[in-house]
Amino acid sequence: MIELNGVSASYSRVPAIREVTINVGEGEAVGLLGANGAGKSTTLRAISGLVKLTAGSVTFLGQDLATLPPHRITELGIAHVPEGRQVFPEMTVNENLEIGSYAPRARAERARSLEFVYGIFPRLAERRKQLAGTMSGGEQQMLAVGRGMMLKPRLLMLDEPSLGLAPVMTDATFQKIQEIHSMGTAVLLVEQNVNRALTLVQRAYVLESGRVIMHGTSAELANNKQVQAAYLGI
Amino acid sequence: MADALVVKDLCKRFGGLRAVQDVSFSVRENETLALIGPNGAGKTTAFNLIMGFHRPDAGSVCAFGREMVGRRPHEVCAHGLARTFQVAKPFGGMTVLDNVMTGAFLRDRSPEAAREKAHEAIDFVGLSSRTNTAARDLTTIDQRRLEMARALATQPRLLLLDEVMAGLNPAEVDQAVALVDKLSSRGLTIVIVEHLMRAIMAVAKHIVVLDHGQKIAEGSPKEIVENPEVIRAYLGSGYAQAPAGAAS
Repeated sequence: MIELNGVSASYSRVPAIREVTINVGEGEAVGLLGANGAGKSTTLRAISGLVKLTAGSVTFLGQDLATLPPHRITELGIAHVPEGRQVFPEMTVNENLEIGSYAPRARAERARSLEFVYGIFPRLAERRKQLAGTMSGGEQQMLAVGRGMMLKPRLLMLDEPSLGLAPVMTDATFQKIQEIHSMGTAVLLVEQNVNRALTLVQRAYVLESGRVIMHGTSAELANNKQVQAAYLGI
Repeated sequence: MADALVVKDLCKRFGGLRAVQDVSFSVRENETLALIGPNGAGKTTAFNLIMGFHRPDAGSVCAFGREMVGRRPHEVCAHGLARTFQVAKPFGGMTVLDNVMTGAFLRDRSPEAAREKAHEAIDFVGLSSRTNTAARDLTTIDQRRLEMARALATQPRLLLLDEVMAGLNPAEVDQAVALVDKLSSRGLTIVIVEHLMRAIMAVAKHIVVLDHGQKIAEGSPKEIVENPEVIRAYLGSGYAQAPAGAAS
């Protein structure tokens, strides 16, 4: 479904990812693991057009994304839930969610999607008229995930969805991601809670210093000594 | 040991929302207290009230024997309290060293002395290799370290840590836990807000649980993880089944 082939990208000439080649199949859930600063978020940004490629290509359902601006890429059905919330603080919860469904395909389903998201996060339903910037950090995180779901994406990219969430909320969020995935949405997940991530995804790539250094099924990686030492704290 | 911090009947409303309601707790000197609770429970608001960012509607905050309510944040800081922010708030265009020096200037007016204190704090959190990097170019984990270094440079006796471990992988969490232990062994009193129960269990002797702005439980880590109310509101049933191995 999505293929990155030899993708490199830099921030002000400092290379962030180098020759990254990964793919996510139709309806598959894939993880990106690695230490902070390894290039996981940059890989997602390269897909959604937020960082320019210096080499390589990104294709989605056969279409080259490299020349498209971020909003066109989103309209193709790629939702990016960024790290660090990034909600619109001066807009209400409801408005933030509506923005998530601005693409024509998603707009037609807006009412149903809102109901779906409010069902997942009852806290957001209670706060629908509140300004997003006045909510707690964890509540803003729920809103960011909900906004991504409003697109009715074919590929849902999540950058640390459990960041700052209480354990019970983390459970609920992962359960809902699992549900969305089982309804056929492909998922590309960046998550520091590696144990948790490996229970959700079928495969994962491990990045180090901007390069893919390992790739395998969840079971292979969970049993890998190197992965255990570096990321699982075992 | 004497009380470092005594919070009594603290209340704060935002419009119709009771963010913090009649909350009381205390921390003894050199103790590490964890403040946990569901998202939106009022943990960060409690920090804001203690540090003077918000003025409580009622209640008192007594630190090392002095009332803090009514004082401004810099005055609270001068009294020996410092905090980190959940979303790192560095001066982006300034280097790590300059950021940390802003904290050090609280006690040392001379740039030389402040620079020396700043270097110490930077070394302590393990950020020496980034001393001259602009803060905005740091990774998430390094920005958290910078938050801690800047707070430490003010030479606090009481440190409030707001989710310094969020976004760290399990191996990095172990390093962060070691850092908190090191701070504690230097004699600091610490209040920590964190969702990673594995980390909380490792550093805190005493836990206070907030829900909807109210204190619903208080006790030792063991008492807290077995408390049905806490399991319902915060931990979830998954944690109750596997408390030892749960990373979240």
